[in-house]
Amino acid sequence: MDLLQIAIIITKIIVLTFLVVLPLVPVCVYFERRFSAVIQDRVGPNRVGIPLTLLGFKKDFHFFGLIQPIADGLKLFLKEDFTPAHVRKVFYWMAPVLTVVPALITVCVVPFGSPISLFGHCEKLVIADLDIGPLFVFSVASLSIYGITLAGWSSNSKFPFIGGVRSTAQMISYEIALGLSIIPVLMYFGELNLSNIVQQQADHGWLLLPLWGHDADHTLTSKLLFWFPAAIAFLIFTISIFAETNRMPFDLPECETELVGGYHTEYSSMKFAMFFMGEYAAMVIGSAMIITLFLGGWSIGFGLDAYVAKLHIGDFYFGGFIHMGCFLTKLIGFILFFILVRWTVPRFRYDQLMKLGWVVFFEAALINVFLAALIVAAPELKTAIIGIGAVLLVVLTAAVIWVAKVSEETPKVLRA
Amino acid sequence: MAVVKLQRPKLNFGEKIYFGALIKGFFLTMTHAVKSLLGKSAGAESLASSGLGVTMQFPEQRWDDHLPEYYRGAPALVTDEQGRERCVSCQLCEFICPPKAIKITPMEIPSDDPWAKVEKRPLEFDIDMTRCIYCGMCEEVCPEQAIYLRKDYLFAGFSRAEMVHDKKRLYEIGGVRVGLVNKWNELK
Ligand code: SF4
Ligand code: SF4
Repeated sequence: MDLLQIAIIITKIIVLTFLVVLPLVPVCVYFERRFSAVIQDRVGPNRVGIPLTLLGFKKDFHFFGLIQPIADGLKLFLKEDFTPAHVRKVFYWMAPVLTVVPALITVCVVPFGSPISLFGHCEKLVIADLDIGPLFVFSVASLSIYGITLAGWSSNSKFPFIGGVRSTAQMISYEIALGLSIIPVLMYFGELNLSNIVQQQADHGWLLLPLWGHDADHTLTSKLLFWFPAAIAFLIFTISIFAETNRMPFDLPECETELVGGYHTEYSSMKFAMFFMGEYAAMVIGSAMIITLFLGGWSIGFGLDAYVAKLHIGDFYFGGFIHMGCFLTKLIGFILFFILVRWTVPRFRYDQLMKLGWVVFFEAALINVFLAALIVAAPELKTAIIGIGAVLLVVLTAAVIWVAKVSEETPKVLRA
Repeated sequence: MAVVKLQRPKLNFGEKIYFGALIKGFFLTMTHAVKSLLGKSAGAESLASSGLGVTMQFPEQRWDDHLPEYYRGAPALVTDEQGRERCVSCQLCEFICPPKAIKITPMEIPSDDPWAKVEKRPLEFDIDMTRCIYCGMCEEVCPEQAIYLRKDYLFAGFSRAEMVHDKKRLYEIGGVRVGLVNKWNELK
């Protein structure tokens, strides 16, 4: 590996992680506050800016309050960093770091745009072009469970502890649904490399919008047929991401009404800010994964991608940056959806959450795998075999639903 | 106590899978969002909103014109049409004030004063606005109708001392009340 390559990699890390993803976190916070305000007929933070009136000018610069997150950060930074006497110091200090770092590490496999090339040197807009993209994301992201669990345990008081335990159980349960739900997607693409998955979607239509780029291998019928398992997978994956990132309908580890602040009750100042950041970074990465797998990643769609990729000034092919802009637009759009969900859907009860994870999503994801397999393999099979497969699938589904129904507990009557 | 058994409502299939309710919820929140961006939220008109939601944005827009007749602002002392301070330092308000915000030092009016017949007036009259709860008890108890809650509400200071209104400030806020001031009737 020569020096140039190392320099390129370091530049990519700095630019993509610290100049693209990290700034998205305050942007999320800003949108969270403004959007929630608008939903509730309020105004939200719109004041922080450059106070020109102090210097004798007529008007202040507000920038719609876009500087509010900086003020928030500064406030958190200047607050007293209080460590209670009863905590386990080492783990207490380690926990916030363990929630932020995994979220930021997973950035490295997300493809931000198509390759750009300069002087004939082609460079992909992804930090590490791993061939096991989604697996890497899952394995690293699940490390953040340790952060939350350790925070809950080391705080050595009851509410954080309950929060930590809840989050452990919740995240482990939903990881199963998360992993199973994308198997159909991986089967369809025959690929675990996220860059290639996005490239395929750019060429042959997004997984959830397969309307262009038909050819012999990718006929419209086959794509439309696969739309159904893809939609189911999308639904399960998205909801599981909500649960994984401890976002609103599933934010039981930190629900204020029951657990004060959940696992971060005992934290203050920058350590609390790190939990906050970790949560939002996880949300950004989660949205990035959903977009990459189901909504075409950086692709603009409608067959425009090949054209954009060819745009160049002399030797400099800059289409990748346009694609990156498209990716970030989609990302912000999806983050807004996350926020909309948070301010719309009330929190689930814990047993409902567990039931949803284990009884509904786990089974649905499994059946979806079989369904997708049948649809993917259908062109190479005889009609009779497809028929048998379909019948088996229906029987299996019915059996699963029956078992779920039978196993459902009827509440015992306590008093006659 | 009689035991009331509550029946959980029976949900049909659509309600059980929850998606309909979710979509309905999204519509509801999005309608609110769009409406408040357009400044058309329910009640925006009557609440004099700033054009975003129903909120009035404070330093630029003020509630002043919308203050109701019965609004209770800062308590203040008033003088009558001849410039005489109405307060006779009876200290009833000091005693009634629930958070003990009022502190009065009475003085005797010297005999060569034109109002010598009144006998007493306050030498000092302090109301600590960090304590006052704007309850209006002082106004109600005053036998001389000398203290009133006016419509001023913007008080801020950098120290506790700044937040104590002394006699001069109280007369400044209160001003003059002329004519027959009858608390229980309309101001004539
Ligand atoms: S309004 Fe109430 S609290 Fe305020 S000074 Fe009068 S009696 Fe005291
Ligand atoms: S009750 Fe009225 S007259 Fe008596 S001290 Fe208070 S303000 Fe003065």
